[in-house]
Amino acid sequence: MPKTLFDKIWDAHVVDTLPDGTALLYIDLHLTHEVTTPQAFDGLRAAGRRIRRPDATLGVIDHNIATDASRYTGIEDPESALQVATLEKNAVEFGMPLIPLLDERQGIVHVIGPELGRSLPGMTIVCGDSHTSTHGAMGALAFGIGTSEVEHVLATQTLLQKPAKNMRVQVDGNLAFGCSGKDIVLAVIGMIGTAGGTGHVIEYAGDAIRALDMAGRMTVCNMTIEGGARAGMVAPDQTTFDYIARTPGAPKGANWDSALAWWKSLPSDQGAVFDKVVTLAANEIAPQVTWGTSPEDVLPITGIIPNPADTEDETRRAQLQRMVDYMGLTPGQRLQDLSVDVVFIGSCTNSRIEDIRAAAAIAKGRRVADHVRAMVVPGSGLVKLQAEKEGLDRILLEAGFEWREPGCSMCLGMNPDKLKPGQRSASTSNRNFEGRQGPGGRTHLLSPAMAAAAALAGHLADVRDYQPQEALS
Amino acid sequence: MRAFTTLTGVAAPMPAANIDTDKIIPARFLKSISRAGFGKHLFANARFNEDGSENPDFVLNQEPYRKAEILIAYENFGCGSSREHAPWALLDFGIRCVIAPDFADIFNNNCFKNGVLPVRLPREVCEQLIEDAKLGGNARITVDLERQVVIRPNGEEHHFPVDALRKHLMLNGLDDIGQTLQHAAQIDDYEAKQKASQPWLVQA
Ligand code: SF4
Repeated sequence: MPKTLFDKIWDAHVVDTLPDGTALLYIDLHLTHEVTTPQAFDGLRAAGRRIRRPDATLGVIDHNIATDASRYTGIEDPESALQVATLEKNAVEFGMPLIPLLDERQGIVHVIGPELGRSLPGMTIVCGDSHTSTHGAMGALAFGIGTSEVEHVLATQTLLQKPAKNMRVQVDGNLAFGCSGKDIVLAVIGMIGTAGGTGHVIEYAGDAIRALDMAGRMTVCNMTIEGGARAGMVAPDQTTFDYIARTPGAPKGANWDSALAWWKSLPSDQGAVFDKVVTLAANEIAPQVTWGTSPEDVLPITGIIPNPADTEDETRRAQLQRMVDYMGLTPGQRLQDLSVDVVFIGSCTNSRIEDIRAAAAIAKGRRVADHVRAMVVPGSGLVKLQAEKEGLDRILLEAGFEWREPGCSMCLGMNPDKLKPGQRSASTSNRNFEGRQGPGGRTHLLSPAMAAAAALAGHLADVRDYQPQEALS
Repeated sequence: MRAFTTLTGVAAPMPAANIDTDKIIPARFLKSISRAGFGKHLFANARFNEDGSENPDFVLNQEPYRKAEILIAYENFGCGSSREHAPWALLDFGIRCVIAPDFADIFNNNCFKNGVLPVRLPREVCEQLIEDAKLGGNARITVDLERQVVIRPNGEEHHFPVDALRKHLMLNGLDDIGQTLQHAAQIDDYEAKQKASQPWLVQA
């Protein structure tokens, strides 16, 4: 029977099947960070268990760390400091490889996995973090787990999982000027809704996906969780193989050849059946911006704030009204008239070198509006070094952006980078939930190029009005 | 894990869809390294005003819902972040069961690992249960996991689905690592085969 990409990886990892159909699934790579692991290590300790495969486990610190110079003098917040110290201590006690805090490879867990060549096609990858779906861009089955499951994987290198259903999101044609992977995935979530993928693993296919670079594919897979799916994936192809070949973790010599043979066998077979198929035309996607407090509440930048009164369903109407109020909006208002206080370019969704190049291309030779605080937070130390090598930091600094140290930063209100109540941000992150970027903060999600345009304009703006003034060399 | 068999208690109505884990427990409270103590921050942004005082409009600040053991909500409950702190916070507050038309996958898994039962019932039934719950302390709702039914205050029963394995683990309060380690020999075999066929997956 023809199989999907998901079926192939799943079948290759089933260790055993229990009578009720639950699979014991082998996990090839387990990434860990400081927030979702302390209780898991406590559990191991209490039961006298060890990490079964330390070599298949890798820890990194990303959520709590400051992204300014203060990171070099220690973490101020005592609770954050304790959480970080706990991971460091657990790594030593349990023999888990951990990227040191001030190492150049330190970064957001979903940036470093692919970048170091640890996340490879055909693998099962988990992390106590919902955006683990990012690694699916490599052609892997990657999904987020809770802390009890982290403990389970540490102890057994397996997970108990029910099979998921297959869903294909087909994006045909070419993306229009000014659009990116971020616009694709926001449009997809707008179309299927935040529960549209529940119980499914989404495979992204079509010309527009094939044409994306790895960073673009990672952006798309990253936000798959916002559509409720368990995982997002893209079949590996030459773009994938070329990317891996440049990473330090790429298999070497004869291993490369056998790995490549396996990777090439992974794409879904002709005639493989998907339980659900959704199709979009890439050329109809305009630059997207969220207006509400759920990622599905998204509009093209040319859109206007909807009027809750136009909605029949009572629960939905109340929800829309709550969003309009929370976000400080007026029905009928143009998105482009919304003034922003903060622009955040970063997070595991959009902090790779390609994202920073996209922002710099728009910013070059221009100035951030006076009232805007604009920050660029590279996803890892390696991204930061690369950007500096290309001179992108100077372009951004000259335009008035802050150039910061790697970490999760303003994606979630857990470290010093936070919105103040009532502040409006244009953010390249993935969640616009109430209070996500700090209590009372108002988040509009968009692409790096759109975020840069908003920083320059001082309000949400259409990046198509901001053609790069000259090509970046 | 504490076993879950049957529960009869006060249910708090939260008639909204997409109640995400950032709402259930905001990120700034995730810094604790213990599993306990998250209950005081459950729904913190809605439950407390900026000055830390209680928001009297929030359901869990009202009698009898301060003692609620069941929550009733609408679609896609628990969406967003994978934080297990969400079920920990519910449990620590005293909530042992959430009833909704559907749940986000990771949240659903996390609940089962902690003895919090997510019950899936159709939207119409959830709407009726919300009305029941609004009646307060006299309208207690029963959840019977063994029989897989929710019993309304008027005696009406609604059957809900649950995986056999999960039900077994939950009824008996079993930890599934122990269950998995019964398969240790198969895991050893799998690893030996993988090491031979995909040696690049093993780090030196
Ligand atoms: S950048 Fe944001 S979404 Fe990504 S791992 Fe960090 S906190 Fe989570």
